Amino acid sequence: MKATSHLQRPNRSLQVYAAVFLVVLYLPVLLIPLFAFNDSIYVRFPLRGFTTQWFVELWNRQPAWNAFWNSIRVGLTVAVISTVLGIVAAKAITRYRMPGRTALVTFIMMPLVIPGIIFGVALLVLLSRMGVPLSLYTVTLGHLIVCLPFAVATLLPRFEGFDRSMEEASADLGENGWWTFWRVTFPMVFPGVVASLLLTFTISFDEFIMAFFLTGTDPTLPIYIWSQLRFPQQFPSILALASLVLFFSIPLIFVAIWVGRLGVSQSSEGTAES
Amino acid sequence: MPEALDRMTRFSPTHPPPGEMPRIKTGRIATLLHRNETLRGYLLMSPTLAIMTIGIIIPFIILLVLSFWTRQGFEFDTTLTLTNYRRVASEPIFGALLARSLWISGVATITTVALCYPMAYFVAFHVRRNKMMWLILITLPFWTSYLLRVFAWKVILGYEGVINSALISLGWIEAPLEFLLYSREAVIITLAHAWAAFAILPLYVSLEKIDKSLLEAATDLGDGPVARFFRVTLPLSMPGVIAACFLIFIPTTGDYITPALLGGPDGMMIGNFIQVQFGPVNNWPMGATLSIVLMLWICAIALVFLFVTRKAQERIA
Repeated sequence: MKATSHLQRPNRSLQVYAAVFLVVLYLPVLLIPLFAFNDSIYVRFPLRGFTTQWFVELWNRQPAWNAFWNSIRVGLTVAVISTVLGIVAAKAITRYRMPGRTALVTFIMMPLVIPGIIFGVALLVLLSRMGVPLSLYTVTLGHLIVCLPFAVATLLPRFEGFDRSMEEASADLGENGWWTFWRVTFPMVFPGVVASLLLTFTISFDEFIMAFFLTGTDPTLPIYIWSQLRFPQQFPSILALASLVLFFSIPLIFVAIWVGRLGVSQSSEGTAES
Repeated sequence: MPEALDRMTRFSPTHPPPGEMPRIKTGRIATLLHRNETLRGYLLMSPTLAIMTIGIIIPFIILLVLSFWTRQGFEFDTTLTLTNYRRVASEPIFGALLARSLWISGVATITTVALCYPMAYFVAFHVRRNKMMWLILITLPFWTSYLLRVFAWKVILGYEGVINSALISLGWIEAPLEFLLYSREAVIITLAHAWAAFAILPLYVSLEKIDKSLLEAATDLGDGPVARFFRVTLPLSMPGVIAACFLIFIPTTGDYITPALLGGPDGMMIGNFIQVQFGPVNNWPMGATLSIVLMLWICAIALVFLFVTRKAQERIA
């Protein structure tokens, strides 16, 4: 830092730092597809040549497909339920005078900051004491707990941000509460709803630790990947699978954050307060 | 924000506060619901609260109870005792594992916040256009699978991994560096990388909030950039630093994937030990006790940290 540098002046060293930061941030993730196309069973330099055989091998692997569809089913269910619950909660929090509102929001945000393993074992203990067999349903319950804070954090700023007089105008013009919600409130919070659906789906699709404790005989995709990591000869096709997951989830997330971009800075404030 | 909302709700013409409501003694539930905002709010919240209660409160109570039980063969002895807690307190392995977990996440937290601060500073003060684009770019990897990001580091740091094989093919080293994988350092590097977004966002928010005229005032009054940073910017961004520390330290202490994939015996953390109790060892009460002890330690450290930073801020102010 030079003594003459002023607020507005570009800071060269800081720009270099930012560039290096981004490269380091993305490099590990980019190495996965690089080696997925490498014609060698060993994940090491020098690269041997281009191949798609690992993807072909993956395509013919039935357990991977089963795990994939399990994750899709759980992810869709979790996305819809947690977003609906998020809408309801966000509406209640912003529209009604509720004593203990701050405590409620803190309570909902709790899973964001408590180690996932504790929620996992706690739910496992509850389910086993109740005699509930582990299945995709129990995984779904676990994922709901993980995803609800994200749904609420994405939707809350949307409900806080829009002009309430619109709802009142609708009521004055004779719409009842139900139609006011569908014709006024819902369209205005719609970007938040889309963002919440995409985010919660991706979080559930990628979630490991809850599923690790709550999966029965049907594995989700991360659990399947985990089970294959023990076998070094499976590494390349797992890299292929990982590349596909990243390839599809990155655009999904990008759209989610872009659509609900008001939610980003707001949600971080929300978690900071809790 | 809550105050603003409160005001909004209080003065809105269609929803008079409950105190000023005309008391109609019809006794009908529908009327009551229509009139009582709190009740309607909670009714609307009830499905969400029910899920959270089933998913959080009840399991925690049962976990707490279980931690006072003991294992009897394949069953539980349901008499309440402190046996497990006594074992945790007396056998050195538990203390050592806890201390190591807290140490690893502590170092990872400080590393992450220190490395992310300049980046957040850059976006807050030096990026003028497309700020949102930068923020999305920085946080995007965080949303992708945690398992895969940790797995990527295993590929990088492995015995025959990216770094070792690259160094060998460049002829810089003869044999692979063994300390890269299965060490505490590997765990710390991976955690710092994986949790960067959790540090960037609160740091950015607190830096962005700083009134730029304060910085100009400091410059006008003769502070150089360094003095200005330490006397104005850093103290004003402390809330963000504290939030970032919490958001990283608390979840990472109980992390399972990273130490399991990269830690080896030296980098094993309490999360792995809890999993072992619920898995191979099959001593659930002990696992429950360890979870409770971990929570208590996290709470204690968080409270001390809050107390110290609050005192420090008071002294500055």
